[in-house]
Amino acid sequence: MLMYSVRRLITAVFILLGASFLVYNLVAIAGNPLEELLVSNSPNKEQLIAQRVEALNLDVPAPVRYFMWLGGVLGCFAGQCDFGQNLAGTPVTQLLANAIYQTLTLVLASTILSILIGVSLGIVSALRQYSALDYTVTFASFLFFSLPSFWIAVLLKEFLAIGFNDFLRNPVVTIPTTLLISLVAGIFWYSASFGKQRTRYLMGLVGFLLTAGMIVFVSATQWFLTPFLGIPFMLPLGLGAAVLFTYLVAGLRNRRALGTGLGMVLVGLIAYFPLQGLLAQATLLMVVIILAVFMALGWVLGLLAGGYDRGQGARVGLLTGLAMALLIIADRFMQAWPEYISNSRIKGRPIPTANASTPNLQGDFWVLGIDTMTHILLPTIALTLISLASYSRFSRASMLEIMNQDYIRTARAKGVSERAVVMKHAFRNALIPLATIIAMDIGGIIGGAAITERIFAFKGMGTLFLDSLAHTDPNPVMGVFLVTGLMALIFNLVADLLYSALDPRVRVKA
Amino acid sequence: MSSQEQKSSQKLAKEPTTETTAMRAVETNLDIRAQESVGKTQGQIVRKRFRQNTGAVVSLIILLLIFLLSITSIGVGPIPGWWRYNYNDMHPIINGAAPNAQHWFGQDATGRDLFAMTMRGIQNTFLVVVLITGIAGFLGVLFGGLAGYYRGWVEAVIMRFTDMIIIIPLMLLTAVLGKLAGSYFTGVWNTVMFGVVVGLLFWSSLARLVRAEFLTLREREFVDAARLAGASDMRIIFKHILPNAIGVVTVSISLMMSSAILTETGLSYLGFGIKAPDWSLGSLISANQSAFATRPWLFWFPGLFILAISLAINFVGDGLRDAFDPRQKKFNPKKAKERTAHSAENGLGIDGSQQASVQVSPWQEQDKSQPASKSSS
Repeated sequence: MLMYSVRRLITAVFILLGASFLVYNLVAIAGNPLEELLVSNSPNKEQLIAQRVEALNLDVPAPVRYFMWLGGVLGCFAGQCDFGQNLAGTPVTQLLANAIYQTLTLVLASTILSILIGVSLGIVSALRQYSALDYTVTFASFLFFSLPSFWIAVLLKEFLAIGFNDFLRNPVVTIPTTLLISLVAGIFWYSASFGKQRTRYLMGLVGFLLTAGMIVFVSATQWFLTPFLGIPFMLPLGLGAAVLFTYLVAGLRNRRALGTGLGMVLVGLIAYFPLQGLLAQATLLMVVIILAVFMALGWVLGLLAGGYDRGQGARVGLLTGLAMALLIIADRFMQAWPEYISNSRIKGRPIPTANASTPNLQGDFWVLGIDTMTHILLPTIALTLISLASYSRFSRASMLEIMNQDYIRTARAKGVSERAVVMKHAFRNALIPLATIIAMDIGGIIGGAAITERIFAFKGMGTLFLDSLAHTDPNPVMGVFLVTGLMALIFNLVADLLYSALDPRVRVKA
Repeated sequence: MSSQEQKSSQKLAKEPTTETTAMRAVETNLDIRAQESVGKTQGQIVRKRFRQNTGAVVSLIILLLIFLLSITSIGVGPIPGWWRYNYNDMHPIINGAAPNAQHWFGQDATGRDLFAMTMRGIQNTFLVVVLITGIAGFLGVLFGGLAGYYRGWVEAVIMRFTDMIIIIPLMLLTAVLGKLAGSYFTGVWNTVMFGVVVGLLFWSSLARLVRAEFLTLREREFVDAARLAGASDMRIIFKHILPNAIGVVTVSISLMMSSAILTETGLSYLGFGIKAPDWSLGSLISANQSAFATRPWLFWFPGLFILAISLAINFVGDGLRDAFDPRQKKFNPKKAKERTAHSAENGLGIDGSQQASVQVSPWQEQDKSQPASKSSS
């Protein structure tokens, strides 16, 4: 395994060298960095040209210049990276750092969301193969997969953002709209549920009533202007999470696991009040620590509960703890929401259609956090819709294949419950091929989403690349390429290693 | 599928062996396949299965209709069509440029007819997509086939070259090359060159698939037989192995088409592809997106056509996959529904004959060994 990785890495270095040489020369052919100066009328034209030739070594032919550039890049191993500078004289390393930060804020949420939603949709539709739900999910996947990102992004801007901002002026939902939305929700729950026909009707009805009740509540309390969770919401949501996780991970018959989950809900509710003071001066680090502490607490609680399978209880505790911590943090964000809306820079229209943040916005961690979230909301929806499709299709195919395997039949023949068959025997194995895809996609994250970035005016990697290309600015183009290429190669290797680690049938040759 | 296999499967089906459900499933499955494929070529079987897939057939018809509409309406080159406007003449604005009987899709700010522009965009999109998939399909099969058949240093060189093409993010490299193409060629040649350049970079994933397919097929008996009979390497590759890999190739080329559409329109949207005065569906949207509030139709029509074409191609590709995949036996939604309703409680159906069984599908068995073949690189 080690030899294999080392060999792959050495090959990767050579591939990267070859590819970067190719790209460097292509960029050099694509345009002359002096072009804008040659046509300018500025009095000190000659001097500017000489300056730029000096800065970018333009007097050296491109193939040779490549090695000068490479020398600077290899300096990274000696402790000082030199990726060159752009036309304005800013070091590329600095440009890259900013671009990577913006790209990550933009793409991270949508990647996580699309994996979570896509995989669960795929699994559910595989379990309900050839049902109305399956057909709907399949059609929706194809539809989303075929959506041009620039088209859906503009639609989101025009309808969702402006529509929601207008809605906030008078946040009351009319009765027909309420009924329509609730009906759709009811149908979804009906088709997603399984078991006897009566149970399914009941699930549909519950879904309908819950949604309708929620909309009426939101409308009556003007929840979108002054949102809150508080104990009255956190208790049922936490209980729901505990029961759900227990059902998925351990099965409701595992009383100790259920007890762990419920215990974590109690812990979360008790911690809610003392935490408020602490959260008032929160930083990102503190939020991360709180999440970690809750998860660790749940894990320990699960282990302490003991019983036949302690690991299951521990996992339930961990997941419920995470859910409770997220609820507490969401609640704190909601407390800052009225302050954010009434801010003089927001003026009651919170969903922006461009840029990564509101310029000159003053506020604490929570207000700034909300600001980031509202800014990434639209691009996240667009990117999630587009990449959701491939995950759901892939996990559906993978799950269907697994469900037809002999060992699934064996498990059922032994009398293993349907939950355990699906969650333990099938789902875990269906994830193996998915893991490699996910690893590769994560490698591609940093390349950014050029089109989405451009539409929403994010200054990420894609924008940096496109803008530099438009200004025939060679060094930033090379910088972006180098980072994305390196990440792609590394995660390609990770994907292969992951596959052989997860599936013992696949062995890599050393 | 080779004829030897059919014979052996028929033979197997006639002799009941054991009483286990699993074996019954195997038998019935073989039986179905034998019945279905008696006296038919693979092409006939695939075409028959494809025709049974309503969604795919309807999509194919829609695709053809869109193509015919774009060709006949504004004509091709010097040949005129039935639509009275062309895509770059400016006309007096009627009805505030909104869609009307004169201009079905309305007009843009300078009075050009949007219907003609959209049709031109569809023509260009089709042209580029055909070029991309043609070139990429050829290169992918060639490189993948050579690497998978010869192995050794040929494979090493080709696959490292493929890796190089793969790691360069497609969007970035096509942007560089698209820009090059744009500055040396004009008019329709720009469009053609754009398609060629993208096609030259689009083949890497197909090459990997074809290689994996060849790696397993080259170990089969019929290849040994052909070699013993004195067939040359080229003959074995193109006459013996390639026809057996045609399913994988067809399906991935059809899916390549849909991503080619999105790539073409995306690049044109960013200004690297087809440029004014010629139109692509992507550049139409990018030229008109700022007018969304005042003239939404300029935005709706090109977008809906991209969506329709891409969606139709995806459905056709899915239909092809089902038709080529031997696991998708006799797809009958009604029967399948009964089966799932009853298997929701009990798992798989009791009667093996109703299952789309996986046990004996030679292609699929090999597919599973694909990840293992990764290790040879």
